[in-house]
Amino acid sequence: MEVIRSTQVERRRAARAAIVMSALGILILVMLVISLNTGYIRLAPFDVWKTLIGAGTDKQELILFDFRLPRIVISVLVGAGLAVSGCILQGLARNALAEPGILGINSGAGLMVILFVSFYPTNAAAPVFLLPLLALVGAGLTAALIYGLAFKKHEGLSPTRLVLTGIAVAAGINAAMIVLTIRLDPNRFQFVATWLAGNIWGTDWDFVLALLPWLVVLLPFVFRKANVLNVLNLGELTAAGLGVLMEKERRYLLAAAVGLVASCIAVSGGITFVGLIAPHLARQLVGPKHQFLLPASALTGGLLLITADTLGRWILQPSEIPTGIVVAVVGAPYFLYLLAKSKA
Amino acid sequence: MNSHTGHVIQAEPSVPKLRTRPVAASIVLLGGFIAVVLGLATSISVGAADISLLTVWQALFHFNPDLTQHQIIQELRLPRALAAAMVGACFAVAGAIMQGMTRNPLADSGLLGLNAGARCMLALCFAFFPGLPYLYLILYSFLGAALGAALVYGIGSLSQNGLTPVRLTLAGAAVSALLVALSEGIAIYFQVGQDLAFWVAGGVAGTKWFQLNAMFPWVAGALIGALLLSRSITMLSLGDEVATGLGQRTRWVKLAAAIVVLVLAGAAVSAVGSIGFVGLLIPHVARFLVGVDYRWIIPCSAVLGSLLMILADIGARMINPPFETPIGALIALIGVPFFLYLVRKERREL
Repeated sequence: MEVIRSTQVERRRAARAAIVMSALGILILVMLVISLNTGYIRLAPFDVWKTLIGAGTDKQELILFDFRLPRIVISVLVGAGLAVSGCILQGLARNALAEPGILGINSGAGLMVILFVSFYPTNAAAPVFLLPLLALVGAGLTAALIYGLAFKKHEGLSPTRLVLTGIAVAAGINAAMIVLTIRLDPNRFQFVATWLAGNIWGTDWDFVLALLPWLVVLLPFVFRKANVLNVLNLGELTAAGLGVLMEKERRYLLAAAVGLVASCIAVSGGITFVGLIAPHLARQLVGPKHQFLLPASALTGGLLLITADTLGRWILQPSEIPTGIVVAVVGAPYFLYLLAKSKA
Repeated sequence: MNSHTGHVIQAEPSVPKLRTRPVAASIVLLGGFIAVVLGLATSISVGAADISLLTVWQALFHFNPDLTQHQIIQELRLPRALAAAMVGACFAVAGAIMQGMTRNPLADSGLLGLNAGARCMLALCFAFFPGLPYLYLILYSFLGAALGAALVYGIGSLSQNGLTPVRLTLAGAAVSALLVALSEGIAIYFQVGQDLAFWVAGGVAGTKWFQLNAMFPWVAGALIGALLLSRSITMLSLGDEVATGLGQRTRWVKLAAAIVVLVLAGAAVSAVGSIGFVGLLIPHVARFLVGVDYRWIIPCSAVLGSLLMILADIGARMINPPFETPIGALIALIGVPFFLYLVRKERREL
């Protein structure tokens, strides 16, 4: 009797998750059209459509295919990557407030990028494919540092200590970044400043190509590990009892989360809070089961970032607000709301 | 965990039997004061143009306006050194009061959103009222600090288990992120970015006499207020019940202390930008040296905070001349490891 009911619940949840995810997908498409339509040069929806099917003017094609579309695609991809990464971290730390930005992993990636920009010999654009790699190194080192500092021999990894350590490490790295940025010449300073504020600056197809492989490899890997996260959620003792090789699985997942953050951050700059908000919203929509939660987070994150990016371009026309700022202004209050609500 | 008060840290046993070391405290105060004076002298004599201590002495007490060196000392070096001393005392005493009042070992104006609030308000001022007189900038800076603090405390205390240090730190991080994002948005839109960036990095390099003059009454008043409140803060640091039991009207004390903290942090941020971790670090050092009585902790924090800032400012000039290393970054280099040490040391869950 119990078993039957629980399978029924399962099935209903799966159906609900399917509906939610399709709805999110459709919303992303809608936002995509709106976003294509928004910007300094406005294009009527009909013109957008005409251009998309190949009947637009040269100018329209240039605007859409070479400027707007890659940026939009990147913002969706970055949103998805950051959201999934946040979802993993929340599962690993068993702390609903874990987030790559708050934990300082973003800053580590950022520091590497700034180091590179500072010492790269020319003012020309840096090789696109190198930046994600460097960011990965920075994020990885930072994650390892935070992990090492928060880890205590007999007590293991306490979620609170992890969060506090992350905040401190982020503060330290930010200080180092300030030292570096102040010495930059004005050109590079401008680049770094907007990058730090979280602007989607990788706005051509090369960046999409640089980002895509990471997501194509890491996202399926993480989705396959959904069950591990479910088990981890039950708590340390249960997980150990169920025979999951806890430490090993944890490290794999942590590595995947770091890889996702790093590759996204390299093209998007310091965008925080997506990794926090998206999984929370997704959890409310599809429940705690990671098989549904992870993909739903990815979609929510994509939707969130494409919306923020569009808003950033639209609010104060003709100037643009970096996406990261829009996200922070929306995300921080939500974070605070969660904090006020939580019991931890 | 003490479920009555909602505070997790039980700093001391509930019986007010205080560990104080008046002798040690006097030594710290006196030694610290001498060190500050020496530090000031050193700070004035080192820099792009090295000036001998004798010349410093003459410039201060037998000022001759025709000599360039005397001019440099009076117009550039002296205000800079004094600003460092004053600001260091401000951040340190603000931190000491916050730590005592909230019994939160991680309290610091930088971590709890005060600095970010003041910064956001200043960004608004730069954008909308360029050329606002400094006196008003200070006032807005107080307001900003109050805004940041109110947000952090308000949100931190909304929840069921009250203000644990972790919750407060998280709320501080989020509020800071929000306010910093807002100031950056404002800065980018109104193109005051470079002004703000240099100012945010924190530094006493450009301090002028008029700033010092404008700051001084506020800072002096707040420091005296802090000393007057020090006894009550000692009682608060034993817990609200103890304080009430000892006949203290905790609400008024807390209000007065909050105002003192806002003035101190606001004035300091308006002068040199957001410098974190002084307020975290110094009170711990002071407590370690002189015990748990805030009548000693507060003056010692003031002196030690001054000393730290003066030394950091000298370091900022010496490390990579002729460039100035941002002083906030230097202090973070000491402050971050110390914060990590505190987090690790705490045996109970913070």
